[in-house]
Amino acid sequence: MEWGNSMTEYNFAYLDEQTKRMIRRAILKGLAIPGYQVPFASREMPMPYGWGTGGVQVSAAVLTPEDTLKVIDQGADDTTNAVSIRKFFERTAGVATTTATAEASVIQTRHRIPEEPLVEDQILVYQVPIPEPLRFLEPRETETRKMHSLEEYGPMHVKLYEDISRHGHIATAYAYPVQVEGRYMMDPSPIPKFDNPKMEMPAIQLFGAGREQRIYALPPYTKVVSLDFEDHPFDPSKAPHPCRLCGAEGAYLDEVITDDEGGRMFVCSDTDFCERRRAAGHEGAQA
Amino acid sequence: MTLLMSVRDITKYYGRYIGCAEVSFDLYPGEVMGVVGESGSGKSTLLNCLAGHLPPDRGEVLFDSRVDGPKDTLKMSEPERRMLGRTDWAFVHQNARDGLRMNVSAGGNVGERLMAVGARNYGDIRRQATQWLGRVEISETRIDDRPTTFSGGMQQRLQIARNLVTGPRLVFMDEPTGGLDVSVQARLLDLLRGLVRDMGLSAIIVTHDLAVVRLLADRLMVMKDGHVVEAGLTDQVLDDPQHAYTQLLVSSVLQV
Ligand SMILES: [Zn+2]
Repeated sequence: MEWGNSMTEYNFAYLDEQTKRMIRRAILKGLAIPGYQVPFASREMPMPYGWGTGGVQVSAAVLTPEDTLKVIDQGADDTTNAVSIRKFFERTAGVATTTATAEASVIQTRHRIPEEPLVEDQILVYQVPIPEPLRFLEPRETETRKMHSLEEYGPMHVKLYEDISRHGHIATAYAYPVQVEGRYMMDPSPIPKFDNPKMEMPAIQLFGAGREQRIYALPPYTKVVSLDFEDHPFDPSKAPHPCRLCGAEGAYLDEVITDDEGGRMFVCSDTDFCERRRAAGHEGAQA
Repeated sequence: MTLLMSVRDITKYYGRYIGCAEVSFDLYPGEVMGVVGESGSGKSTLLNCLAGHLPPDRGEVLFDSRVDGPKDTLKMSEPERRMLGRTDWAFVHQNARDGLRMNVSAGGNVGERLMAVGARNYGDIRRQATQWLGRVEISETRIDDRPTTFSGGMQQRLQIARNLVTGPRLVFMDEPTGGLDVSVQARLLDLLRGLVRDMGLSAIIVTHDLAVVRLLADRLMVMKDGHVVEAGLTDQVLDDPQHAYTQLLVSSVLQV
């Protein structure tokens, strides 16, 4: 990797203009057909698959020099993955970066939607490992494509049926399948189902899967319905207690280990949200 | 009485080789048609052409669908034909593994067809699955077990339940007792006969086993080299075969 030496060797945001145009076409097609997986020619990026190369390519294609970028990983701005992606764009695009959700125009995320509601003109870019929600049912790509085109989604409920028969309730907690605008079945990426209801939002949502070479998208205010049964309705499951640090109720919490004796506590997974609340004087039981 | 299905001139070539040629027959509601012949006789090719799994080169398959009345299923769009495959039609494979989801519980296997046509009440789906396991003599206690833990005979019975749960009008069966032990076969045949009678099912059964058609089929077609060489009421054909080939089949001279 030589990109530390000379910025001029690289185009804005690393990718060449032709590649960015190709990715933008895929994004526009994705926005025109919400939830539909658009194939694109994924490029080698200077980071391994699994590090969000799909999301990085989508971000690279939508970023402009005026943008402010935020990168989160499981809700946190300071994990190795989030830091390295943020640094990558600082160096290759020279864009401003932030940890504040409200100040960001583009947010790349892995596994979470920020707690602070997003607004129009913001773009949320998801890193997606497995874009095909039907994959567990049907390994053949030709067949899943046919199931999508014919809207043969009944078997999706088999997975939920299996959950209930085994656990007494729908145990799927992440990557909980959704149907978009009453049409395409979509994998929301491994966000907690807690975040599913937030997907009906004013911001644009873009999903990039690098290894699988797929892009899909949700335009603002798209209808997104989590699958369920009449007698087992979708339950985003709220945390049973408030955040120990900031006292937030109704935020998504992570269990963290606090000492060597196995002490544990529940705190906001969205670190920026939690810090801002504490800075504003909110307190949890721990503080 | 209206025909359920009218098959005309179904012909399928594999390159220069005949798969099946000029096969025509009518099927009435509640009637079971047996198709017998040696392997390579064209009986499986015929079944796959009729069920829409294989496009024939020629012919028509008029089916009296519940929704639209008689329609040529070969001219249907794929979505229409696949919908038919989930509603009016069912297909029982010789190898239960081809017709089941092996990584899904017995209840999920039976429930899938219900969910595929829009069932969204877990309790109802579960009740119907339980009821159908009972009808195919699988203990209710096995409802959450995967078919991988079932014997061959149980897997085949589960496949039948999975197919019949939505009340199809026509069942295609490809060697439904093939590969099973003789005693298991007998039980399965008994069960099939009961279901066909109770539900007033129509069926097209392809088999090399004359005992199967003797027990299940009202009428019989004998195929050889892609052609139907003899057809008629099952008892007539088996007890008084006219064609030399059928005579060989019946006299068990041929190891089919
Ligand atoms: Zn907090």
